[in-house]
Amino acid sequence: MKRFRLEWWKIVTIVLLYYTVIAGILFPVPRLPIMNESIRLNYFHVPMWFTMMSLFTFSVWASVKYLRTQNIKYDDYAISAAKVGFFFGILGLLTGMLWGNYTWGSFWPKDPKLNNTAIGLLIYAAYFVLRGSLEDETQRGRLSAAYNVFAYAAFIPLIYILPRMVDNSLHPGNGNNPSFRLFDTAHNMKMVIYTAIIAFIMLGCWLTTISLRLRTLTKLQNEKL
Amino acid sequence: MSLVFISYLTFSLRQNAISEATWSALFWLTILFSVVNSVGKSFIGEKKGAFIYLYTMASAQAIILSKIIYNTALCLLLSLGGYLLFSIFIENPIQDPLLFITTLFLTSFGFSSSLSLISGIASKANNSNILMAVLSFPVVLGILLLAIKITKNALDGLDRSVSVDELLNLLAINCILTALAYLLFPYIWRS
Repeated sequence: MKRFRLEWWKIVTIVLLYYTVIAGILFPVPRLPIMNESIRLNYFHVPMWFTMMSLFTFSVWASVKYLRTQNIKYDDYAISAAKVGFFFGILGLLTGMLWGNYTWGSFWPKDPKLNNTAIGLLIYAAYFVLRGSLEDETQRGRLSAAYNVFAYAAFIPLIYILPRMVDNSLHPGNGNNPSFRLFDTAHNMKMVIYTAIIAFIMLGCWLTTISLRLRTLTKLQNEKL
Repeated sequence: MSLVFISYLTFSLRQNAISEATWSALFWLTILFSVVNSVGKSFIGEKKGAFIYLYTMASAQAIILSKIIYNTALCLLLSLGGYLLFSIFIENPIQDPLLFITTLFLTSFGFSSSLSLISGIASKANNSNILMAVLSFPVVLGILLLAIKITKNALDGLDRSVSVDELLNLLAINCILTALAYLLFPYIWRS
């Protein structure tokens, strides 16, 4: 049994996360009408979506790789990344609901982006259902990989293209709102939000490796029995 | 069919006409149900022997393409039939029928390509009928949302240039889904 060692990038993740939390809560932010202090949620809400998208993209890459090589390792990558990405999607929805309650006046305001994201997460829920209903390992890998790639193609227009085509959205970059431009963000916020995005993506990778290791160990144990 | 009749009976009870929004919602609900049920059968209903026969006779690409074309025709038939029945029994509030029929054609194409692949996936699992509904619903919803928007434009009789964006978008999504179904199907078929 290898001794538990903290690798360097995990230490970096911890440091960056600490920085995000401390700076996100204590550093000065521009005071805007309506937003006030709730703008600090920007540091936690936006990185969730970045993390979710990068994990889902990684999952699709792994699925394509699995279909081409039939190596069960890639199937494990795909399901682990999708699981963690789903978790971050839920967190993103929750932080968004909290934020929406204070600035837009309700937990679930009328915004196509919210509805479409909820539908998009349903796609991944369906992916988990599909995996649960198949017994044979190779067949499960192949079918769920095919569904993963197909679902991703339906997922992207659902959350990126369709909300931008309507004119009653509340999110930046949708409807008639100005888009979220990084250069427009106040300077001291820019530092924190970049850090937060990187930190949460690294945390996502870390959680994925943990889930991956759990899968491998469970498999080994099942083989032994 | 029966759904159309049920909605007809429901609305004939109260004698006044239904609003356009309700019409559109009912119409697409009917179409979605009938299409998922009929196209879902394309792989699920078949026997083991038919699979083996097809497997020896034709390549996977040929099979998925022919399934998509056949299902497009089937969907188009269903939705045109639904439109006809709706306009006979309830009413026909569409002010721009040509635009509406174009939308019907595009959505049938998109439905058939995504549902054919998903039906292929679901047919391999145990409880495929339930799985079919779970898997197809979120994928199809993107197409449906666009279709509902164009329907609204067609109902209001807006100028066609307003809906060009949506039509092109629908076409693009259809092309992506069809291309992916074409690429992915051989992997499913092999098992």
